[in-house]
Amino acid sequence: MTARALVYGYGNPGRLDDGLGPALVRELAARGLGAEADLETAYQLQVEDAALVGGHELVIFADAAAAGPEPFELRPLEPRGRPEFSTHSLAPGAVLALAREHFGGPAQAFVLGLRGYEFDDYGERLSPGARRNLAAAADHVCRLLCDGRLAAEAQAGPGGEAHVRP
Amino acid sequence: MATEARRIVIEPVTRVEGHGKVTILLDEQGRVSQARLHIVEFRGFERFIQGRPFWELPVAVQRLCGICPVSHHLCAAKAVDRIVGGEQLTPTAEKMRRLMHYGQFFQSHALHFFHLASPDLLFGFGSDVGQRHVLGVAAKHPELAKQGILMRKYGQEIIKATAGKKVHGTGAIPGGINKNLSLAERDALLADLPQMREWALAAVKIAREYTLAHLELLGGFGSFPSNHVTLVRKDGAMDLYDGELRAVDAEGRVIFDHVDPQRYLDYIAEDVRPWSYMKFPFIRSLGPDRGWYRVGPLSRVSACDFIDTPLAETERQEFKKLSGGKPSAVTMAYHWARMIELLHSIEKIDQLLHDGDLQGTELVVKGQRRGEAVAIVEAPRGTLFHHYRVDQNDQVTMANLIVSTTSNNEPMNRAVEGVARQFLDGQEITEGLLNHIEVAIRAYDPCLSCATHALGKMPLVAELVDAGGTVVHRRERA
Repeated sequence: MTARALVYGYGNPGRLDDGLGPALVRELAARGLGAEADLETAYQLQVEDAALVGGHELVIFADAAAAGPEPFELRPLEPRGRPEFSTHSLAPGAVLALAREHFGGPAQAFVLGLRGYEFDDYGERLSPGARRNLAAAADHVCRLLCDGRLAAEAQAGPGGEAHVRP
Repeated sequence: MATEARRIVIEPVTRVEGHGKVTILLDEQGRVSQARLHIVEFRGFERFIQGRPFWELPVAVQRLCGICPVSHHLCAAKAVDRIVGGEQLTPTAEKMRRLMHYGQFFQSHALHFFHLASPDLLFGFGSDVGQRHVLGVAAKHPELAKQGILMRKYGQEIIKATAGKKVHGTGAIPGGINKNLSLAERDALLADLPQMREWALAAVKIAREYTLAHLELLGGFGSFPSNHVTLVRKDGAMDLYDGELRAVDAEGRVIFDHVDPQRYLDYIAEDVRPWSYMKFPFIRSLGPDRGWYRVGPLSRVSACDFIDTPLAETERQEFKKLSGGKPSAVTMAYHWARMIELLHSIEKIDQLLHDGDLQGTELVVKGQRRGEAVAIVEAPRGTLFHHYRVDQNDQVTMANLIVSTTSNNEPMNRAVEGVARQFLDGQEITEGLLNHIEVAIRAYDPCLSCATHALGKMPLVAELVDAGGTVVHRRERA
């Protein structure tokens, strides 16, 4: 297992703000964060992602959020399964659980929900609000990863949780 | 043919808040009168690709799906082949594409069986919701769960070797393919092949034994006779990549056969209903009420004359015995049929990896330019149609796509309605009823295609609506 962190952004870049996760990863790469963490994107999570995720010490799952705090919310992720009716969707908690069960990691995992607003059309663009939220989230993740503060915040957060809502 | 413009108003009740929504409508006596399944599926995509240059299509259409992008990639590529007059591919190009396609089937069917269907089969329809998912399988049957992951990974490696990437590759290009298979790639895939075949055989055994052991339950569970549509080869064999259209009725009688895909509109039409964004395809000669049909593994295994690989053909014969040679009416038999195709796919992969044409160097052909083309492939979930027109500037002016989930729209609604009639007790959607509904939907594994999967979206919402239109109960899968 590598001690490096992984930022895993997923979503459909062809469906407007649903592409916020991959857009975050592209932004982090453009800012040179690839030296600090592994950066990966996917259309949607799948079972074999457990192998990728399990090979890292710390993982941030970055996805668009259809509801919730603006501009983003960063919180610890718990392993959890739920019934699905289609193979076209898998929750990050399920990937985390499979990773720990079969691949020995990661020790810490977070989910970063970037608030989006427009999901119901096609187009490879982000709404103005989503672009603002993306910039704020990228600033925050850069600071945390560059300073090595993410793990510390997870430990020090209220009630042992790290709900970061700038 | 004259067409009448119809304005479709979607009722508010159909708004899909999760990935899917089930509405169960009651009559005055409180009995189920109708059940409707609403899925966030593709709409507007055909408009999205209009104006794009046609050579972008094989890559652009993959935006539709992150699970089976290869099906859209190859279907668009086949259509574009016709546009550039290059539909007669070189042996290397056709076999590389077929290898890509069978790799896609292998990973998709393994994913479905081990991680979506197996909790229902291993634990039962009424089992504890806390274990009725992939993590429950991982905890109780860790070897099965790991097999599922590794079989999917194997299929993805085939896709990477043929398409360049595991997701949204670029291998198929107008008139051919952009690479062959290196000997190193071939040998790496051959190394794991015996293990994959062994696991595929074991998976068919699980599905067969489950079906046979639960026939009484499954025969009445969301099951019904139906028409079936599939591609077949000229000699009637199952062919997942290319062929001609066949439709059979519930007795196995031919409705149409050996139809050239270019003429699909002479045989298939699409109906619209005011409560759904999804269309309802039907066999034109039978009309919308009697002409609806199923597609996918159940239809392919039921309607082909034979499978041209020995292990899968032996299983097909067992499958057909169950229904006396007729197409199977058992919805849950989709799982057994799916595993027969899993086995067929690994047999085909074996044949192809031993074929020297994969190392050939003639990759692309061209011919007489056309302005319109139709292509059909069998995708893991069923028959997939792509139809395009392009102008003199090479831009797409019209696109019509019929995905397998659209063809299975009416059957899925009927399956959900049957389950609701059987298991609804009173005025409440119980956890048990919700799961039984999900079991029926899982048999088809509807494609949410380009649907968004943002945080905060629920997998499934079910509502019970009385005769006056009031929602009397609601249950969400959180």
